[in-house]
Amino acid sequence: MDFDLIAKSLPDMLKGVAITLELLVLSLIIGACLCAVVVPLRLSRHRILWMPTYAYIFFFRGTPLLIQLYLIYYGLGQFHDFWESIGLWFIFKDGFWPAIITFSLNTAAYTSEILRGAILGLPHGEIEAAKACGMSRLLLLRRIILPKTARLVLPAYSNEVIQMMLSTSLASLVTIYDLMGVTKQFFNRTYAVYTLYPTAGFMYLLMMLGLTWLFRSIEFRLSAHLRDRPSAAAATGEPLPALTPTLR
Amino acid sequence: MSASAIQALRDYAWMLLPGFGMTVAVGLASMALAIVLGLIGATGKLAHSFIARASATTYTTVIRGEPELILLYLVFYGGGNVLQKIAGLFGYTGYIEVNPFVAGVVTIGFAYGAYATEVFRGAILAVPKGQLEAAKACGMNRWLMLRRILMPQVWRFAIPGLGNVWLVLIKATAVTSAIGIEELTRKAHLASGATHQAFLFFLLTALLYLVLTAVSNVAFHRAEKHANRGVRRA
Repeated sequence: MDFDLIAKSLPDMLKGVAITLELLVLSLIIGACLCAVVVPLRLSRHRILWMPTYAYIFFFRGTPLLIQLYLIYYGLGQFHDFWESIGLWFIFKDGFWPAIITFSLNTAAYTSEILRGAILGLPHGEIEAAKACGMSRLLLLRRIILPKTARLVLPAYSNEVIQMMLSTSLASLVTIYDLMGVTKQFFNRTYAVYTLYPTAGFMYLLMMLGLTWLFRSIEFRLSAHLRDRPSAAAATGEPLPALTPTLR
Repeated sequence: MSASAIQALRDYAWMLLPGFGMTVAVGLASMALAIVLGLIGATGKLAHSFIARASATTYTTVIRGEPELILLYLVFYGGGNVLQKIAGLFGYTGYIEVNPFVAGVVTIGFAYGAYATEVFRGAILAVPKGQLEAAKACGMNRWLMLRRILMPQVWRFAIPGLGNVWLVLIKATAVTSAIGIEELTRKAHLASGATHQAFLFFLLTALLYLVLTAVSNVAFHRAEKHANRGVRRA
């Protein structure tokens, strides 16, 4: 371990962390928007709608993310004249937007399968009851389907987000200086394997723990109605047992 | 498809085949290592000893937070030095270089051993306790109990989970192209560089991975059926 090198590389590495988080957050937001389109299509009864959607999901879940990234960065980037002619060449000039596009498409494919499973798993009676109450489709979605699915998918989605965060490191292979890219750059200059990679690894680990904590607290907030109510002890001023998030 | 694309396919598509074989080889070797590490890890997680449990938990937690690239570079660039130190203890002073194939297999195997650990832990816990007690009551020693009662059932419970690990693992082998293993992704990269037909070759490669996934699905379905042959379905 070379602590001088850590101190020297830390500012750049933190900038790399910022890029990593930027890649992650942008991909997740775009991915979520895509999900809003993909999930209804996937659940549709019309073959023309669900079959292409299924093909898309099958492709993105069945091939390595790295291949998808290369396919979009090198593959689509190959049609330089076409992109130039419609004024979109700037997208493929460096790896940033191809990476965002790939990660978004990838996470949307995985997330929509998670969502589909959860929506199909909703108790039929609840939806019937809501319909019987005269709820419109939109109100049904907003009041019954979405809140229930949100709780159901959260554990699986948090895994997906963590996987995605780790996968953003692949962007370093298409010219992006995210945490992995910055680390590799320092490594190429100094060859300090035992200092640089463990430091970067520790940062990724911290990000993973941070995301885990974040999702656990969201889950905690969303499940207030499932916990025991504070007992009468609260009224008498006795100390309550701490309500801490627990893993189920 | 243009004439140049067809020409490129004719000249370079065969390059992908040895790459496909190498991907399968890296995948199978990594999976074998992952299964071994998974069994050790699961034993650790279920052990009475605090140290065993703590180290198994540290293993699975740390791996869950590391990109494969970091582990890969650490093993590939850092492994040689460590091996040299160890060899030095035994009086060997030559230069040791880590073979990319070995580095790739060790990395992927080590990373997915953590996932296999969780699979095996679940599978061991799924074996009814009463059966082990009965085996003990029959006078079986620990080894016999493990061989005759526990392991055959652990495999049965673990197969679906291991199938998932395999499907993720085979896709993860693509990153080993970063240290120059001549597997599918690397071959595709080389072919697309030589022909300027990146889209074509990466699409073809993606389809080859899909074939691999589809074949694995069938294989695991068969294995599951075989492992469940003695179980009556409700």
